[in-house]
Amino acid sequence: MDIAGDVDPAPFAEIPPGYPPPLLRVDGVWMRYRSQRGGWLSALDGVNLSLAEGEFVALVGPSGCGKSTLLSIIAGLEAPTGGEVVLRGEPGVQRLGRVGYMPQRDLLLPWRDALGNAIAGLEAQGTPRGEARSRARALFADFGLSGFERAYPATLSGGMRQRVAFARTALVARDLLLLDEPFGALDALTRASLQRWLGAVWARLGMTCLLVTHDVDEALLLADRIYVMTARPGHIRMERRLADALPLADDALRARPRPQSFLMRPEIAALKAELLATLTSELADEATPTGAPTATKGGAR
Amino acid sequence: MTTSPFVDASQAPTSFPSDAHVATDTPLGAPDSDPTRTRTTGVQGRAALWAATTRATLRTLAAWLPALALLAALIALWQWYASQPQIDAEILPTPLAIWRVLVAQRGILWANTLVTLNETAVGFGAALATGLAFGALIDASPWLRRALYPLLVTSQTIPIIALAPLLVLWFGFGLTSKAIVIALVCFFPITVAFADGLRSADPDLIRLYRSFGAGRLRIFWSVRLPGSLPTLFSGVRIAVAYSMIGAIFGEYVGAVAGLGYYIELKQHSFATAGVLAAIAVVAALSVALFALVALIERLALPWYYAQRRA
Repeated sequence: MDIAGDVDPAPFAEIPPGYPPPLLRVDGVWMRYRSQRGGWLSALDGVNLSLAEGEFVALVGPSGCGKSTLLSIIAGLEAPTGGEVVLRGEPGVQRLGRVGYMPQRDLLLPWRDALGNAIAGLEAQGTPRGEARSRARALFADFGLSGFERAYPATLSGGMRQRVAFARTALVARDLLLLDEPFGALDALTRASLQRWLGAVWARLGMTCLLVTHDVDEALLLADRIYVMTARPGHIRMERRLADALPLADDALRARPRPQSFLMRPEIAALKAELLATLTSELADEATPTGAPTATKGGAR
Repeated sequence: MTTSPFVDASQAPTSFPSDAHVATDTPLGAPDSDPTRTRTTGVQGRAALWAATTRATLRTLAAWLPALALLAALIALWQWYASQPQIDAEILPTPLAIWRVLVAQRGILWANTLVTLNETAVGFGAALATGLAFGALIDASPWLRRALYPLLVTSQTIPIIALAPLLVLWFGFGLTSKAIVIALVCFFPITVAFADGLRSADPDLIRLYRSFGAGRLRIFWSVRLPGSLPTLFSGVRIAVAYSMIGAIFGEYVGAVAGLGYYIELKQHSFATAGVLAAIAVVAALSVALFALVALIERLALPWYYAQRRA
């Protein structure tokens, strides 16, 4: 599949004059890999999105649609084949160390206790140990981890490990927090509890978050705005603001955590149906075999 | 989750109750309500880990009992067989006779043991240094790996039995020729184990550290080196078990002191009991060295054993 010639640089939504530039702008980013058979695999095809300061945005898509690749590009771990990532108005700026990246696995170091793990990111950035430890301690209270500073990861439950990992990332995320299916590896009850917890932490700390997930409910419970991404090659198919769907005051919309009953509201249920329809239409396409090679997550390595 | 007064609180870290915070509805904080866990994994987490390590050591000792019992049975069988009238005591002495030689010659054996231990320490130290250096070099770049690895493997195909006399010729009857034999035997398992340990680092973890803005050196010190230690220790255990054999062999070929020299002398005078007494000393020393490395490993990597029990 050769897409080199026909990338459509879809014009990015114009920002009204006098309006602050978005915190993050992904502008016509595309990505392709050389496949093992010598052809090209297209992972991303002209992705445009933006995040405003303090916003919580979810990116929903089926597995293999390139959303993890997109997150790697935004984090600065991979360079896109084409297009631009603009952080705070600076195009192509070094984003490693500025953007907090939270993968699905907690990836705690088994030889360090919880506090030692939480400061790992700050330490890697050269923050003095004492300062890193006091900042992490303060965050431990907020994160419900007080008393577990000296506990080794092997003695912690999955939910607590994930919160330690979250603290580690939150401490280094100066501009933006990227969450790559952070609750995907947890059981349903722990996931629900951590979703509520994340919502509350976000509302309190005022971070800017981009959450990648394949769980529409998770997106609806946490986000202000939702992008739907579809595969082969990955691109943004739909964008919905919860404020447009729901006649509520801004304060009510920003309140977190949202109760589970939020999903039962007719407007939200309708929005969910719309999002799911877009996602499943993609899956229906997939059911008709085309024989075309597709990009997979594995290609990213 | 229930807490029983009969449960040893120090065992709490090794048990894994499901998330206590699931039930709590306080969104922020989500305090874990189990006081047992707070007490043991919190302030005293390290102490509990050490206590667990001690218990694990005791369990290991208990695990050795069958081996010791079998050894005793084999020695008894040997004693019975060698005491038969048709067996020549000059050819196969009884364990009791060997023991008597051990006691009678303890002064000489001890002096020779010190010589051999000294050679082992020097040779093993050299092997550790070169093993770590080669392991790090192999890991540093694919180019170095391709250049070094075949040479290192080739070095292991050289028959030491043919090389050892030449080493004596080149480096004399003293310490140097023995240390080189030991180092040649020992550096390879250490090199391979270290390189494999460094390579085994989780690529996702390295990506995460890169996202922090960490450079290669930082990732090496913070992620790859600590993560390589369990694998490295496996190689060191193998190497230390080989080291005594290397020392004895080096001395056997040409020396003026040491247990290998003692064995050679006794061999030439057909003092079978003396040979076997020295062999017993060598075996005991090898086991002791192996156990020492295992102990150091347990003390150095308490997290690794805690994780394995989990």
